[in-house]
Amino acid sequence: MTSSTCELALRMGDNALILGQRLAEWLGHGPQLEEDIASANIALDLVGQARLWLSLAGRLEGRGRDEDALAYLREQNEFRNCTMVELPKGDYAFTIVRRMLFDAYQRVLLERMAGGADGEIAAIAAKSKKEADYHWRHSADWTLRLGDGTKESHRRAQDALERLWGYTHELFVPDAVDPEADSLRGPWRELVEPVLREATLALPADSAFLSGGRRGVHSEHLGYVLAEMQFLQRAYPGARW
Amino acid sequence: MVDAWQILAGITDPEIPVVSITELGIVREVTQAAGGVEVAITPTYSGCPAIHMIEQEIIDRLKQAGYAEVRVKTVLAPAWSTDWIAPAARDKLKDYGIAPPGRVNLFARSVECPRCGAARTERVSEFGSTACKAHYRCLACLEPFDFFKPL
Repeated sequence: MTSSTCELALRMGDNALILGQRLAEWLGHGPQLEEDIASANIALDLVGQARLWLSLAGRLEGRGRDEDALAYLREQNEFRNCTMVELPKGDYAFTIVRRMLFDAYQRVLLERMAGGADGEIAAIAAKSKKEADYHWRHSADWTLRLGDGTKESHRRAQDALERLWGYTHELFVPDAVDPEADSLRGPWRELVEPVLREATLALPADSAFLSGGRRGVHSEHLGYVLAEMQFLQRAYPGARW
Repeated sequence: MVDAWQILAGITDPEIPVVSITELGIVREVTQAAGGVEVAITPTYSGCPAIHMIEQEIIDRLKQAGYAEVRVKTVLAPAWSTDWIAPAARDKLKDYGIAPPGRVNLFARSVECPRCGAARTERVSEFGSTACKAHYRCLACLEPFDFFKPL
């Protein structure tokens, strides 16, 4: 029981942490000042959530690792984030469509977790859910704006959707950590599909592709994120400021 | 010794220095023991960077007041809500130029300009200068302002 709860906390924490890193890459590069600030704010929420999840994972693991040790000193194959969040930030359409797909997932997942029996898990989920609602409102809004915007923004949003769609499959495959993952697919599609329709974006066809990030089998992109995020603690172990 | 709640009421939020941490509902519980005190606080947003400053401030101020041992613990449930912000603090926010949050209702409300009171305002961005605020503009007096988001 404890080990699968610990795995679940790692998975939640790593999703938030890695997507937070990818969003933070927009700092100083946003398409407009407001979006620059929005990306930074959302990244901050996600890193804060990651801290809560990873701190819990460290306590459950019982090997004396705190959230910093888990974030800065694990190897790539120990990370449990889904592959979708580690893909390079791409253009702004890619960033927005990825977030829209992820935010919708967070909303249905956190809602379910907030009602669960484990008090600590439920508390972090309930807190994160409130933030996820705001993130979703932002990413759904921008998906509309880009999809139903200019010819160029539509092309980019559709292209992003095509590239990302295959990676969403991983979120709903049941395993020992989340045996009911499949039950979230319906509620998730109920959030995502109306937004895509209104944004005049075509739903991509499902394929047999299955990414493996949650099992620690990552794309070649995660290593670069970790190299940047971890180098200071690796170079100067125990550094504090 | 001065009551711990009274001391805590004198600590303001570092990002909104006109309201205290007790008015914001960040302080959840104060438990007194012989010579010591434990303060339970709850973060507003998960990533709010002010929470660490607030923790330190609580420890410093209570120790200065003579409490030998001060412990700060974080509680997450129930999750912090803007509904916990005291009515007096809402007026202070408004005077400070921040439109106070309405009751939690994410998707339907108009925001009143804290400067001229006009209801004709528009949202510039969902995310403003801090995690807890959105950026608005008044269409009557044309001034930009912050809106404390209902959470």
